[in-house]
Amino acid sequence: MTGPGTEVQPVEADEPTGGEDVRPDRPWLVIVWNDPINLMSYVTFVFQKLFGFSRDKATKLMLDVHHKGRAVVSSGPRERAELDVFRLHEHGLWATMEQSS
Amino acid sequence: MSSRRRFARDRHGRIRPGLEAPERDLLRMLPQQARELVDHDDPTSQRLFPVAYPDDAAAQSDYSQMMGGSLLEHHQHALDTLVSTVDKTTIDTDELNGWLGAVEVLRLLLGTQLDVSEDFTEIDRADPRADQFTVYQYLSMLQNEIVDTLAAALPRDGTAT
Repeated sequence: MTGPGTEVQPVEADEPTGGEDVRPDRPWLVIVWNDPINLMSYVTFVFQKLFGFSRDKATKLMLDVHHKGRAVVSSGPRERAELDVFRLHEHGLWATMEQSS
Repeated sequence: MSSRRRFARDRHGRIRPGLEAPERDLLRMLPQQARELVDHDDPTSQRLFPVAYPDDAAAQSDYSQMMGGSLLEHHQHALDTLVSTVDKTTIDTDELNGWLGAVEVLRLLLGTQLDVSEDFTEIDRADPRADQFTVYQYLSMLQNEIVDTLAAALPRDGTAT
């Protein structure tokens, strides 16, 4: 798959000059947010189906989304995270991604 | 009616949708309405295309350009599957997954139109949105039943290592 995350990185990056953290290895986090439409049973099922989670783990994440408003459901390189976000969007879930701090 | 299982599997693993004629009529009609909302860029249809990068407009624009078409295709395929198989006596698991996707699209659109909240569980009969809300609740029940059937076939312990 190609996506915005696949653009070629320069081999010789400029030295960080402080301030902004440009370390390329900080993983991207995929976050699912609570929304008033999606059913709890459906969200649990989607987590099981997309990520191969056990029923217990999928249920726990769904409850995190429900009670805390959000949960991190996967993390990794940008490309991988973007594919996960896309698959969640295919299933109607409200998913975003951000680089971990 | 609600105690009847609508998506029982037969001994060959195929699913026999136990829908009444009015249910099939509804499930044939709603996808047409959904397609019109999407075709006319109705604001409601934005919910089908969530934002991936809320804090990065450039990345979001790239994401929309790259993925928007596939996302639309995915939703349309699900709606088409529902319409073309709603009258079949038996459907397979892929088709039931299509039904699930279609019902999801319909619930997202209807829920957005109704501006539902989590405690929005009943509506006054005199409310002009009462009929829409009844359909929304029917779709919720249907989605729960489809999920029950599909989830039963998933390994309880998962496949992730």
